[in-house]
Amino acid sequence: MAPTLRSFLGTRAPAAEVTGGAAPGAPDAPHVAAADDRAADDRAAADRAAAEERAVAPAPALVVARGLVKRFGRFTAVDGVSFEIARGECFGFLGPNGAGKTSTMRMIACMSPVSGGTLRVLGMDPAIDGTKIRARLGLVPQEDSLDLELTVLDNLVVYARYFDVPRADARRRAADLLEFAQLSERAHDRVEPLSGGMKRRLTIARALMSQPDLMILDEPTTGLDPQARHLLWDRLYRLKQDGVTLVVTTHYMEEAEQLCDRLVIMDHGRIAAHGTPRELVERYVTREVVELRFATAHDQAAALPLGELARRVEVLPDRMLLYADDGEQILAEAERRGWSPVSGLVRRATLEDVFLRLTGRSLVD
Amino acid sequence: MTRAARDGARPLWLRSLGYWAFRYKRTWRSSMTETFVEPVLYLAAMGIGLGTLVDHHVHQVQGVSYLAFVGPGLLASAAMQVGVSESTYPVMGALKWLKTYEAMLATPLRVVDVLRGHLAWIVLRLATVSCAFLGTLAAFGLTRSWEAAVALPAGVLTGVAFAAPIAAFSATQEKDAAFSVIYRFGVVPLFLFSGVFFPITRLPGWLQPLAQVTPLYHGVALCRSLVLGDASLADSIGHAAYLVALAAAGYAAASATYRRRLVV
Ligand SMILES: Nc1ncnc2c1ncn2[C@@H]1O[C@H](COP(=O)(O)OP(=O)(O)OP(=O)(O)O)[C@@H](O)[C@H]1O
Ligand SMILES: [Mg+2]
Repeated sequence: MAPTLRSFLGTRAPAAEVTGGAAPGAPDAPHVAAADDRAADDRAAADRAAAEERAVAPAPALVVARGLVKRFGRFTAVDGVSFEIARGECFGFLGPNGAGKTSTMRMIACMSPVSGGTLRVLGMDPAIDGTKIRARLGLVPQEDSLDLELTVLDNLVVYARYFDVPRADARRRAADLLEFAQLSERAHDRVEPLSGGMKRRLTIARALMSQPDLMILDEPTTGLDPQARHLLWDRLYRLKQDGVTLVVTTHYMEEAEQLCDRLVIMDHGRIAAHGTPRELVERYVTREVVELRFATAHDQAAALPLGELARRVEVLPDRMLLYADDGEQILAEAERRGWSPVSGLVRRATLEDVFLRLTGRSLVD
Repeated sequence: MTRAARDGARPLWLRSLGYWAFRYKRTWRSSMTETFVEPVLYLAAMGIGLGTLVDHHVHQVQGVSYLAFVGPGLLASAAMQVGVSESTYPVMGALKWLKTYEAMLATPLRVVDVLRGHLAWIVLRLATVSCAFLGTLAAFGLTRSWEAAVALPAGVLTGVAFAAPIAAFSATQEKDAAFSVIYRFGVVPLFLFSGVFFPITRLPGWLQPLAQVTPLYHGVALCRSLVLGDASLADSIGHAAYLVALAAAGYAAASATYRRRLVV
């Protein structure tokens, strides 16, 4: 059992007030879902409490982007996106490969200059106060930038020194964070032979060495096995509970659904949709999805009239998806008309359905 | 933790220098031979072995024993070697392989701090190497006056005159292929023909002006005259000015190439 971060995050000075820059507007009041079967666990309860609190007293936005643009030469990677990220929330960026997520993260991290639009991070302009802003950020880049020849512990200590954390403090904090990242046993091993998951955890621990107000995580869990992923989710959830604002990109819809209070779906450098995971599901898809598989393409074609009962139909080579609020009814109707599928499944619609609907099923690149 | 302590007051370039120093502390053993054993080996082989042969036939080179002649030249060429080796593969590594620069730029450090810190580290390395070399020369009884101490900054300057422009070049490279070219067609010919082993007046006439524009020639001439105690102020200023100009141009170029590479 790893210790909570409260032990040292709790002793932080109160975060400095956001000052200057664009007056941060109130973020969208997060939609609070009515109790349902999936919201029964502690996590969701804590989320709701946090969301309600914010709905009453919206925290000033830590990040405000208006018409943000990033160009590489003549190519426009981020094409005028606007969003606000409030203190204490977990904000997600989803999108297919090349959508512009990393480009956006790097601008927020004040590592990549903005090509157009305005960006304020912690109330400051990255073009002017990059150093001051970065002193309060923790970045987990998409590609690890650990020093493979140094030990696990040294990687943390040396990184803290960039923030001018006194050496003794850095050592103490490193010990806590290695515990947190479940890497204590490897503290004195070189980084090179560590597994991908361990390196990722170490990168996250490293980003926490400066006790950031805002954590920017670019695909923190990509390439990890399910165990490592769940461990990371758990750690990120704890950070959120400890009041750290998180900005996350991910390709795992499940991760976004569980972790993110609000998210945007990007495609071709633009924001295709934004909202809470629940709002997005409600807005873009139905409550349920029926997946029908037929023995032959002919059978599937014959069953097409079923589509009239659904709000939307998607015909894929191997199956048919029917989006409806009552899936059982469609399944029953299929049976009644004798169009028996080989398999019929009714499931809840997920963020993945939203994602595929908005960004298309086929690869764009 | 208070906010004041968190934001820190230490100059940003010092923090980047701190990384290189820290890393060196962890891996210094591998470069020990380069720093302290090589000077002795070179001096022993070139000076004593070759020197006795030369002295026997020629008696003296520029009025001193061959060992005294070649020693300060080797100091300058060692500075060149360190300057080149620290500004090629380590720069490429920090840029691409280990992404050290990238990691630094996610912290309060700026591109100039990354560059200055790395160059400052190379200066420190050059200082230790030059110091070791001068110590060895002194132990062989080859230093003649207090002026020899000035050969320490002269050695550093020689190394930086290589390191700064080469770092600027390294920051434009995607692969390390060009580095072996630098060694083969830069470092090795300079080492052999810039006056380290024999006065360049022994070169064919048409080659002499060429040798005189190489930075190593100026480094060798400066270090040698200081160690032998026969430096003229005008000549020394001339050599130093050449090397300073090269280092400054290299720094300016590196500022540009680092920015182009790292600010995207
Ligand atoms: N330095 C660069 N120079 C030129 N083009 C770039 C650069 N960085 C990114 N791009 C381009 O910008 C687009 C967006 O890239 P970005 O890395 O932001 O996407 P992403 O959403 O993070 O994708 P992924 O999910 O694959 O990480 C891509 O088409 C990419 O090729
Ligand atoms: Mg990316």
